[in-house]
Amino acid sequence: MTDDRRFAEVSLRVNGELRPLSLDTRTTLLDALREHLGLTGSKKGCDHGQCGACTVLVDGRRVLSCLALAVALDGAEVTTVEGLAGPDGLHPVQQAFLERDAFQCGYCTPGQVCSAVGALAEYDAGWPSLVTDGEPALTDAEVAERMSGNLCRCGAYPNIVAAVQDAGAAR
Amino acid sequence: MTAIGARVRRTEGPDKVTGAARYAVEYPAPGVAYVWPVQAPVARGTVRSVDTDAVLAMPGVLAVLWHGNAPRLAEVADHELLLFQSDRVAYHGQFVAAVVADSLEAAREAAARTRVDIDEQPHDTELRADRADLYTPEKVNPNHESDTSQGDVDAELAASDVAVDVTYETAATHNNPMEPHASTAQWLGDRLLVHDSNQGATGVAQSLATLFGLAEDRVQVVSAHVGGGFGAKGTARPNVVLAAMAARVVGRPVRLALSRQHQFSVVGYRTPTIQRIRLGAGADGVLRAISHEAIEQTSTVREFAEQTAVGTRMMYAAAARRTAHKLARLDVPTPAWMRAPGEAPGMYALESALDELAVACGLDPIELRVRNEPAVDPESGHPFSSRNLVACLRDGADRFGWPGRDPRPGVRRDGRWLVGTGVAAATYPARSRPASAAARMLRDGRYRVDINATDIGTGARTVLGQVAADALGVAPDRIEMCVGDSTLPPAILAGGSMGTASWSWAVDKAARELRTRMAAGVPEGGLEVRVDTADDVAALDAHWSRHAFGAHFAEVRVDADTGEVRVSRLLGVYAVGRVVNPTTARSQFLGGMTMGLGMALTEESTMDHRFGDYVNDDFAGYHVPACADVGTAIDAYWLEEQDRYVNPLGIKGIGEIGIVGVPAAIGNAVWHATGVRVRDLPIRLDKVLFR
Repeated sequence: MTDDRRFAEVSLRVNGELRPLSLDTRTTLLDALREHLGLTGSKKGCDHGQCGACTVLVDGRRVLSCLALAVALDGAEVTTVEGLAGPDGLHPVQQAFLERDAFQCGYCTPGQVCSAVGALAEYDAGWPSLVTDGEPALTDAEVAERMSGNLCRCGAYPNIVAAVQDAGAAR
Repeated sequence: MTAIGARVRRTEGPDKVTGAARYAVEYPAPGVAYVWPVQAPVARGTVRSVDTDAVLAMPGVLAVLWHGNAPRLAEVADHELLLFQSDRVAYHGQFVAAVVADSLEAAREAAARTRVDIDEQPHDTELRADRADLYTPEKVNPNHESDTSQGDVDAELAASDVAVDVTYETAATHNNPMEPHASTAQWLGDRLLVHDSNQGATGVAQSLATLFGLAEDRVQVVSAHVGGGFGAKGTARPNVVLAAMAARVVGRPVRLALSRQHQFSVVGYRTPTIQRIRLGAGADGVLRAISHEAIEQTSTVREFAEQTAVGTRMMYAAAARRTAHKLARLDVPTPAWMRAPGEAPGMYALESALDELAVACGLDPIELRVRNEPAVDPESGHPFSSRNLVACLRDGADRFGWPGRDPRPGVRRDGRWLVGTGVAAATYPARSRPASAAARMLRDGRYRVDINATDIGTGARTVLGQVAADALGVAPDRIEMCVGDSTLPPAILAGGSMGTASWSWAVDKAARELRTRMAAGVPEGGLEVRVDTADDVAALDAHWSRHAFGAHFAEVRVDADTGEVRVSRLLGVYAVGRVVNPTTARSQFLGGMTMGLGMALTEESTMDHRFGDYVNDDFAGYHVPACADVGTAIDAYWLEEQDRYVNPLGIKGIGEIGIVGVPAAIGNAVWHATGVRVRDLPIRLDKVLFR
């Protein structure tokens, strides 16, 4: 057997730490995190960019890590759910999810949390959404729209909206 | 204040919001290999050969498994688990081979390039009411009579002032838990250790022990965190067998997380149904005849007969009543449990037909149900242990603003939107099953309680801790609750809305007994008690009819031009006995209702009969409700209900009733909004526009 797989050296800065990796070039960012770095907080729900469970922040913006090839992200700053909490405790979005019971099985939760962090940043930057009418206000409809890339089969949506509103109000 | 009834936060919540909670393929496993299935590209045929040499030559490949070389497995009842034991292809997507490799990428690519030579045979996948080969199953799930009959339905229908004779259909739907079916298997000498995503590790361990010829104490199945199941993970599924088989063959730990596409074939789904309902009533709306005939599909691998018409047997009284189930055995993937099997599709048909009867009688649909409220269970003649359906309807009506509703359809318009409201009743059996549990004192004033319950997102770990805390008279944070491991005292799976009822019984009993023993003095070395509730459950008085009830209310807005249906309000009011944790209970009700919204409007697995497979096998083609479909329009309440006949704690279980009445409530609201009665789910916009 000849092993003709192509490997590439790539360095990711994950949750503030430089992580050099030698990866099969087919490896997605999600699989690099889960299978190579032991960061299993980011979840694989569909591997097609359709469920949002794999959402992480790349250079501050939310990205579907199952659709990103790791080798294309050399030098990128990646924040996963494991990197959100600070020395003083949970990130406000994590705390709000906890207080609002914004999850049940918890499998979509890391993606929801990362997505909410990214969505609030997008809102702060003045980005409109499909339902934005004039000046964006952080209404429930805005939050629901901006969080609709993250499916939750347990149906925690009302609590997710409430949690994102809480975190948004606390900024 | 007692712990039961308190809003206790989820025990594992911090782990879930930080990513620390480990699911089935997230445990470190040095030297781990990956297995990837190869699926049958035809719906019926015979596997002739697999070109294994070509696959083994691919980089990273460790083994190829198929009928020609797979280890032999021992017989089990569920033939879906007998992987590669036969050359027969029974449905499109069935696993016919698998590749084990040293990386996920290598396994997937090699599996995609594996050539399986199959002798294809003609297939038949079409469920139709006019099939000549429909048959009556011996029983319907889990163990109900297929057919029941009381009185003369035809005579009562003929003598009725008002009659409804309608056929409702429901689409095949897939459970689609967010965590795929996933397993990590490793052989430690003659011991098999599996981390698996399932709803009951006790049963999975038993299945693996049988299949691989092991003593049960040689198998350990750990399911600490499970990313949803909704019935699809109720028993062992092919993934766990494949992981264990592959691990044995390559002598390394093996991981397998099924793809979303795999799950449309091999792990079960809700059968499509065709249901004829006939209702006959006097001019006053009082029912004289109820007939409910259901037609469903099953596979050629394993019979699954959904209990579609069973809810109709205990819902309403009439002089003549008939229910019947017929199956078509087709070359399709095997259907199985999906949240409220039976009640969800069956009550959709019954509660929709009842709405049609209310219209025909000129009666308010709530009043019609009140007039038909039975004094006792109409099937068994036993009294209900509690039945607060009418109270749910009345409470919900007040909360929803139902009184004064204009019954005319198609007359409320808000800009481009037609607005309507609908109501439907819900029910689900309140069952308890035997479980065992152990409780012991720890050193520091804390207690440990063990039970192989499974927390699939219900909050079981939290709720059982509350039960134990009250029984021991301590705060919940003094309880270390251990669940999700087959080496713990065995218990019923998380399914059938009987988990909390059954587990709480055992936990309460163990904790109380420990407390009693402690009062008599604590020996050196501490105290541990172990109990089981088999005798207690067997001693339950059979002369009670035990069910949970609920009422669902929906307000919909239908785009007059496109037929798009949006749910602007969805309300559930339940009578479910004692609610242990209002926070987790509300979440579970909302989740069930959301799945009901999906069943009503968006979820449909589409069979391409030319190839015999479900073609919309991802989240772009199969639409589970998203945040914007639900938002904050949905709410759930429950009545105080004490029922001392269901079990000592008065718990009925809440996992399934949330979905049951929702499709009918939404369908009835769509009729009220538009005047269009769509009789097949999901209610797509084309059905609203072109009917």
